[in-house]
Amino acid sequence: MDQSSRQLYWRKNLQYLAFLLAFWFIVSFGCGILFVDYLDQFKIGGFGLGFWFAQQGAIYFFVLQIIIYVVLMNRLDRQFGVEDKGADQ
Amino acid sequence: MNETAWIFSLVGLSFALYIGIAIWSRAGSTGEFYVAGGNVPPVANGLATAADWMSAASFISMAGLISFMGRDGTVYLMGWTGGYVLLALLLAPYLRKFGKYTVPDFVGDRYYSNVARVVAVVCAIFISFTYVAGQMRGVGIVFSRFLDVDINTGVVIGMGVVFFYAVLGGMKGITYTQVAQYCVLIFAYMVPAFFISFMMTDMPIPQLGFGSELADGSGLSVLQKLDSLSTELGFDPYTDGQKSTLDVFFITAALMVGTAGLPHVLVRFYTVPKVADARSSAGWALLFIALLYTTAPAISAFARTNILNTVADMPYEEAPSWFSNWESIGLIKFDDKNGDGIVQYRGPHATDFKNELEIDKDIIVLANPEIAQLPAWVIGLIAAGGLAAALSTAAGLLLVISSSVAHDLLKKTFKPSITEKQELLTARIAAGIAIVIAGYFGINPPGFVAQVVAFAFGLAAASFFPVMVLGIFWKRMNKYGAISGMITGIGFTAAYIIFFKFVSPELNSAEHWLLGISPEGIGTLGMLINIVVSVVITLVTPKPPEEIQQFVESIRVPVGAGEAHELSA
Repeated sequence: MDQSSRQLYWRKNLQYLAFLLAFWFIVSFGCGILFVDYLDQFKIGGFGLGFWFAQQGAIYFFVLQIIIYVVLMNRLDRQFGVEDKGADQ
Repeated sequence: MNETAWIFSLVGLSFALYIGIAIWSRAGSTGEFYVAGGNVPPVANGLATAADWMSAASFISMAGLISFMGRDGTVYLMGWTGGYVLLALLLAPYLRKFGKYTVPDFVGDRYYSNVARVVAVVCAIFISFTYVAGQMRGVGIVFSRFLDVDINTGVVIGMGVVFFYAVLGGMKGITYTQVAQYCVLIFAYMVPAFFISFMMTDMPIPQLGFGSELADGSGLSVLQKLDSLSTELGFDPYTDGQKSTLDVFFITAALMVGTAGLPHVLVRFYTVPKVADARSSAGWALLFIALLYTTAPAISAFARTNILNTVADMPYEEAPSWFSNWESIGLIKFDDKNGDGIVQYRGPHATDFKNELEIDKDIIVLANPEIAQLPAWVIGLIAAGGLAAALSTAAGLLLVISSSVAHDLLKKTFKPSITEKQELLTARIAAGIAIVIAGYFGINPPGFVAQVVAFAFGLAAASFFPVMVLGIFWKRMNKYGAISGMITGIGFTAAYIIFFKFVSPELNSAEHWLLGISPEGIGTLGMLINIVVSVVITLVTPKPPEEIQQFVESIRVPVGAGEAHELSA
C-alpha cells in the first residue's frame, strides 16, 4: 500500500470517527444531560423524552453507532484492499 | 423444594459448570495463558467481555443505586455503556493490530521505554486491586444472605473456585467460563424483571413496562405513580435530577472514558483472530451489556414503587419475611423513633413524621424477587447470578495482575532471559498470590461496591486512556509526554479521591469540591490534565524515533494482523 492511499484511508477513517463521535456526544451528553429538562416536555410512551434518553435511548444509540462503525470500516477496508484476513489466509 | 434447597443446587450447579470448563480449557503456553491463543470467536469474546465487564457493581448494586438516585442514576447507565463506543472506535482495532499480550506492552513498545512500561504496570495493578476489592464485597454479601454461611467462609469458597480456573486456564479458562457466566447472570437478571414487569404493568418486557400504565387500575404510568408516591413521602420526584448538571456531566464522562481505559477490558481485544473481529466484538459486548443496562432502570423504578407501597406506613408486626431476613444481617435498619410500632419511611422533605427506616442500596436487586413474592427458584437464580457477575470480573482482574507481574515486570523488564515455562509458572504463582490478597479485601471489605468500583474508573480514565489514544492518533507523541501525563493524571485523581474519601470525609460536599466536581467525576479532570501535560511536554522534547512513527503507521492499517500475531500455540 503506497503512502498516498494510506493517507487517504486514514483520513476517511478520521472522518467516520468525527461523524460518529459527534452523534455519540449528542445522544448522551446532549439529550441525556445538557438538554434533558428541555426534552422532558415531550412525551414518548410514559416517559419524558429527556428521561428516556438518559435511562434508555442513549444506550440503544450506542449499540447502533458501533454497528454503523463496523459496517463503514469493513467496507473501507475492502475498498482499499487492507482487510485483515487472519492467520489462515 | 424450598428456598434454601434451590439456592444450594443452583449455585452448586453453576460452580460445577465453571470447574468443568476450566478442566477442559487448560492453558499450555503463555500465549494461551495471556490472550487465549488469540483465536476466540468475536461473539464469544463479546459474551466474555460483557461478563468480564459487568461486575458485582452492575448486577447487585446498580439498580439499587438508581432506585435511590432517580434520574441521576443515568450517570451509571450512560457512563458504563458509552465507553464501548470509545473503545470500538478509538482503541480496540488498533490494539488488535498491535497484537501482543497486555496494556503495558503497548505503552512500553509505543513509547520505546521501560520506564513508561513500569508506570503502566503500576497503574494497571493499582486499578485492578481497587476494582477487585469491590467484587469481593459482592461475593461476601451473596454468601452471607443466601447461603447462610459466614462471610469469611463464603469468600474462601469463591476464591477457591476462581483460583481453580484462573490459575489453571489463564485467559483461555477465564474466557470460556465468562461465556457461561454471562448466560447465568443475564438469565438471573431478566427472569425476575419479566415477572415483575408483567405483574405491575401487564407488559412483560421491562424496557417497555417501565414506560407503561400500571395494572392497578389507577390509570397512572409507572413513573407518574412513582413521582407522586415520592413527593407524598417527602422524597424528591423520581424523574427529576438532584445533582448539578456539571457534576452529572463529569461523572458520566469519567465512567465512559474509564471504561475505555480499564486494562482487563482492553486485553480482551487481543484475544480475537482479526482486526475486524476486534471491532465487531466490541459491538457484541455492548449489545449483551445493553440488555442488562436497559433492564436495570426498569427494575429500579419497579422496586422503588413496590417498596414505597409496601413499607411506607406498615405496622412493624406485619412486616413480610424478606424484611426481617435483611434486617437480621443489618442491611435494613428500623428505628421506631416515635414508638408507635409503625414503620414510617420518609424523605428529607417530609413534615408529618421523621424517617425511621434505612435501606441498603445493595439489597434492591437481591431482595426484589422476595419483595415481589416470586417463586423460590428465582431467588436461587439471583444468588447464582450475583456470584457469576462477581467471580467473572474478579478472574479477569486477577489475570491482569498476574500478567503484569510475570510478563511486563519479569519477562520484559527485569529478567528477559527466563524461559516460557518459567514465565508461565510465574504467571500462575502471581495469580495465586493476587487471589489471596483479593480474599483479604473480601474479608475486610471497603465501602459500597459501586462506589469503590467508580474510583477504579476515575483512575483508569486519568492514566491509560489519554496515552493510548494519543499514541495511536498523534505520531508526534513521545515517551516524555506519556510518562509525565500518566503520573500527573493518576496522581491528581488519586490524591483528590483519597483526600475527600479517606483523609477529610467531612469536607466531602459540593461547596468544598474543586469547581463543584465530586470525587466520582474527578477522573475526567484528571484525564484533561493528563492530556495537557502530555501535549506540552511532548512539544518541548525531541520527536520519537523514526521506527516508532512507522510503528504507529502500521497499527493504523488492519492488513497483516493475523500473521503478525506472534503466538506459540
